[in-house]
Amino acid sequence: MKRVLILGATSAIAEETARLFASKGDRICLVGRRPERLAEIAADLRVRGAPQVETLVSDLNETERHGALIDGAAEALGGLDTALLAHGTLGDQAASQADWTVAASEIHTNFLSAASLLTLLANRFEAQRHGAVAVISSVAGDRGRQSNYVYGAAKAGLTTFTDGVRNRLAPLGITVVTVKPGFVDTPMTAHLPKGPLFVKPDVVARSIHRALAKGGNVLYTPWFWRFIMAIIKAVPEAIFKKLKL
Amino acid sequence: MHPDRYESWGRFPKVCRQEVRSLRFRSDPLPEAEGPLLPYGLGRSYGDSCLNEGGTLLSTTNLDRLIHFDHERGILRCEAGVSLAEILRLTVPRGWFLPVTPGTKFVTLGGAIANDVHGKNHHADGTFGRHVRCFEVLRSDGTRHLCSPEENAGLFRATIGGLGLTGVVTWAEFQLRPVSNPLIEAESVRIRSLDEFYEVNAASEADYRYTVAWIDVLASGRNLGRGLYNRGNHAAPVTADLPKLRWGSRLAVPLDAPGWAINPLTVRAFNFAYYHKQLRRVQAGLLPYEPFFYPLDAVAKWNRVYGKRGFFQYQCVVPTGSEAMREIIRTIARSAEASPLVVLKTFGDLPSPGMLSFPRQGITLALDFPNRGERTFRLFEELDRLVADAGGALYPAKDARMPPAMFQRSFPRWREFATYVDPRFSSSFWRRVTHEF
Ligand SMILES: Cc1cc2nc3c(=O)[nH]c(=O)nc-3n(C[C@H](O)[C@H](O)[C@H](O)COP(=O)(O)OP(=O)(O)OC[C@H]3O[C@@H](n4cnc5c(N)ncnc54)[C@H](O)[C@@H]3O)c2cc1C
Repeated sequence: MKRVLILGATSAIAEETARLFASKGDRICLVGRRPERLAEIAADLRVRGAPQVETLVSDLNETERHGALIDGAAEALGGLDTALLAHGTLGDQAASQADWTVAASEIHTNFLSAASLLTLLANRFEAQRHGAVAVISSVAGDRGRQSNYVYGAAKAGLTTFTDGVRNRLAPLGITVVTVKPGFVDTPMTAHLPKGPLFVKPDVVARSIHRALAKGGNVLYTPWFWRFIMAIIKAVPEAIFKKLKL
Repeated sequence: MHPDRYESWGRFPKVCRQEVRSLRFRSDPLPEAEGPLLPYGLGRSYGDSCLNEGGTLLSTTNLDRLIHFDHERGILRCEAGVSLAEILRLTVPRGWFLPVTPGTKFVTLGGAIANDVHGKNHHADGTFGRHVRCFEVLRSDGTRHLCSPEENAGLFRATIGGLGLTGVVTWAEFQLRPVSNPLIEAESVRIRSLDEFYEVNAASEADYRYTVAWIDVLASGRNLGRGLYNRGNHAAPVTADLPKLRWGSRLAVPLDAPGWAINPLTVRAFNFAYYHKQLRRVQAGLLPYEPFFYPLDAVAKWNRVYGKRGFFQYQCVVPTGSEAMREIIRTIARSAEASPLVVLKTFGDLPSPGMLSFPRQGITLALDFPNRGERTFRLFEELDRLVADAGGALYPAKDARMPPAMFQRSFPRWREFATYVDPRFSSSFWRRVTHEF
């Protein structure tokens, strides 16, 4: 039995991962913005086997509240063993290009607020000398492309930040997983035509759940994205800058 | 979302101007959308009742949360997009089974209600709708209605078998059936004719919860109606070691088969082998429930064997005593058009709460026909005449072509039903069969 904190709990990937924790009998605290949605997910997790499910309503953009939020979750569950950081937005590149305030809020949500939460969790896990955390970053952070470099840059920052925390906490045996999902068939990508590379969120959820339980580092999910991104990263800049990506 | 993926199981008709919106939380309002709306579950309806040319499909498969499970009484409340497969996965280990199940478990709870599906136990337990205790309907004006036999009873009876036209069912609560294990005590009896079907059926219905027959639809003359009669019950507690219950992995048909794969020769060969595979007259054994109820689910996307032009299922019901069924089978045998997948069963007299439910007392035949264009349509017209003259009906969930007159005559409460249809909801099927004639 673990005590699991899920931030951004109404995202499709987070919800699927929470079901796996529930089926193992873990205790869960869900954090999100919409109380009705959190209540619907909580009821589902209880029927699926979670002995305790708490919900906390919070806008994770408000970094000044993060300390109280994590303390509150730990208190409700009687401690924390595992955390999943899953909140984020797939921003509008055109709007971000046209207006810096849009880009800044994109970077705030996808990088700064996540980094703030990860700092608090890292310090807590370091003090208690155990814990596991997974942070959902993106393959979009592996190389800047004209079609979504604002989102990509925020995720690149988050990837590097998470890698650093892993490096810092590795000696204590604390798991820090950087998750890089490829195309996932979620409401966030509902407007995109679905090619063969799209997978359902439960596929991604299973690999996150496994990495948290068994110890993982950088998780490309599904696995073939490691190779796709290796190729994309290897294209020389002289050529890459001429591509319409 | 990519509209191409939203077709019906028979892949006919093809619909190109159709938007899709995904519902994700039951507390959310319906999304803004163009044209008429229609819920869409897992697309296991064969014809156009789950299609909406020029309108918007509301995909419900993300409404897949459980709400409450009463382990003692076997009452499950969950969202309408939960599949029957998922329900079985959760409840069978706890000793509960679906009250009624169609021949595939890849349908949603909402789809099972909207078509008021029947199973092999119709003679014993009626339709799925009889086991539904209550549900919520979300209408396009934003109102939500809690419906049960007592509360909003009219909307309750319209929504069961209501083809998705009365609004979106967001969640439902229904009664499960207690079982001691996942096994079925099954028996297969060789029958040599339609008369023997009636005999074996009459003797079986009292003792067996599940009954259904496969018949060799190409056999004629004195062999007309020969086949295998299957019956079964949930097994009693088994004390000895359970047989290994893992039932193969799912294969998938990767590509569209060429259009000629199902032809009279291949069908004749299959039917001959299948009928003669059983040497003894009666064969009995313990089976896991999956191969008993869902033999076709072992092959994903099996609808592709009919090729790109798709196929039709023709499912009719006619009164039991009438000569009509014999004449229908004879006509099909003569045409040599049907595939080997044939189901013959009798419906009992248990009434359904649904206004527009298809099952009614009588004998029902369901079979697949590859789409060969005009030829296939002409055969259906001939069959329609036999069904209509006998006072029978066709199953809307399997239909892509019945004429409006046929629908309106065999579903006499359709005008009363129409008063419950949500003004923003419609389907390709509904527009087709409510045409003036
Ligand atoms: C191999 C196979 C075997 C079958 N065997 C049987 C059988 O034995 N008996 C039987 O009765 N049927 C049988 N069927 C038909 C199948 O059970 C029905 O078509 C079923 O309704 C399909 O459910 P679905 O979730 O795929 O719904 P869809 O086909 O996507 O939709 C069916 C209808 O339900 C409506 N609907 C879906 N969700 C909702 C909702 N949340 N609220 C309101 N309306 C909704 C849709 O608008 C549509 O009118 C079989 C089908 C196949 C492919």
